[in-house]
Amino acid sequence: MEKMTLLQTFASAFSGKTWAIVLPEIYNTLYMVLFTTILTAFFGMLLGILLVSTDADGIYPCPRFSAILGGIVNGLRSLPSIIIIILTLPLSRMLIGVSYGPKACIIALAVTCIPMFGRLVESSILEVPKGKIEAARSMGAQNRHIIMKVMIPEALPSLIRNFTIAVVAVISTTALAGMLGAGGLGDVAVRFGYNRFKTDILIAAVLVMIVMVQIVQRAGDGLSKLVLKKRHLI
Amino acid sequence: MATTSDEKAKAGHFIRIAGLKKTFRSQGKSFEVLKGVNLEIGKGDIYGVVGFSGAGKSTLIRCINRLEEPDSGEITIGDTEITRLSKSELDMYRQKIGIIFQQFNLLDSRTVAQNVSFPLEIAGSKTSHSEVRVREILELVDLSDKADFYPGQLSGGQKQRVGIARALANNPDILLSDEATSALDPQTTLSVLDLLKDINEKLKLTIILITHELNVIRYICKNMAVLEDGKIVENGPVKSVFNSPKSDTAKLFMKIDAGFANFGWEGGGGI
Repeated sequence: MEKMTLLQTFASAFSGKTWAIVLPEIYNTLYMVLFTTILTAFFGMLLGILLVSTDADGIYPCPRFSAILGGIVNGLRSLPSIIIIILTLPLSRMLIGVSYGPKACIIALAVTCIPMFGRLVESSILEVPKGKIEAARSMGAQNRHIIMKVMIPEALPSLIRNFTIAVVAVISTTALAGMLGAGGLGDVAVRFGYNRFKTDILIAAVLVMIVMVQIVQRAGDGLSKLVLKKRHLI
Repeated sequence: MATTSDEKAKAGHFIRIAGLKKTFRSQGKSFEVLKGVNLEIGKGDIYGVVGFSGAGKSTLIRCINRLEEPDSGEITIGDTEITRLSKSELDMYRQKIGIIFQQFNLLDSRTVAQNVSFPLEIAGSKTSHSEVRVREILELVDLSDKADFYPGQLSGGQKQRVGIARALANNPDILLSDEATSALDPQTTLSVLDLLKDINEKLKLTIILITHELNVIRYICKNMAVLEDGKIVENGPVKSVFNSPKSDTAKLFMKIDAGFANFGWEGGGGI
């Protein structure tokens, strides 16, 4: 392979040849990000609400359960994603029959991201002043009312911000998808850019990821601000 | 007129609190906040409980709707012994006891009208019925024009009016006021107290309020109690407590009150 100057490398990063490799991987990444995000949003919310509610000071105190759940979450969060991917191989095989490819990757990514988003949801809900929950309770509200009508709506702007953080984390964690032969931008960056010294492809893949993260972050910030503005809190 | 209602109140006390005790425990230390409180409050009364910080006022009022679970003792409202209710019975009963707070505790995610309809929603009222009720109650607290505003757009006094409207939505028999005017300026305090007086007369609502402001008691209460270190040390009609305070706390309250009134221009901080 002939040596390219820096300028040539940059020019090549925007060439049709490079994008022929990168473009299909955008689709792969989006596919994995989308489904991982859906799983993370659902189970992360559930986990966060469980963590807050079952805490000793929560609306449904269940300290032993809370301690076990918290322990599992901490355990999962302390493991590097790469280890989690290896650990979830049998889980994927059990759930979808195979332990490789985009679907298996989605399961591994979700297992990485759910505990993280769960903790973020927990901290968002804990920001809701105790007095508001108490006021609802004093009106005869049951736990489901408190969760659906007080905790989630009151924490919404903060939940949106934390959800944005989670989506960005999902995008960056998909770089590990290559481990499972699932492709995606991260995989391309590693396979071509690092292993084969194709810096132009590395640049193109990284640029696309940067743009994706920017869009997600902007959208999240905007939405959160919109809610705050509507409520006249800013 | 006044005497007959007073007699009625004496004949059958609406709210009876007997031997109420509550101890808080944290990290191996225990702190006895209520040391056997006895109180009797007549229907339609505006009853004030005054005391210094840490006397147990807030705990006492929060025991009445069991936001705080008493350790022992009885609270009876009408024929219902609150302290014996199961959790689901309590949820039902709580709808009949409104409460307002110092920090208002409105939901920022809801408009004024939606805040007021919150207790109706959780009680399972029909939407059409609650719309009528919300309009009616906002009229009562003079906030009809603010129905679609968010709490973030309101002043403290307006927020407390929303709090009162929300507390009244389910037609409660009792309104508890947990330092409801302590975060408000004097002028706003006055207008909120006028509103409480007004709904006490219009709705025959029994109001129990706790405060550390003697002026609040003087302005709207009919009867009062003085809470000192977890015990009621003095109670009776406001006039008689004010005229001849017997307990140390009551005397100190009166002294501080009179002291400020007589401070005059020479006071100047004792330089």
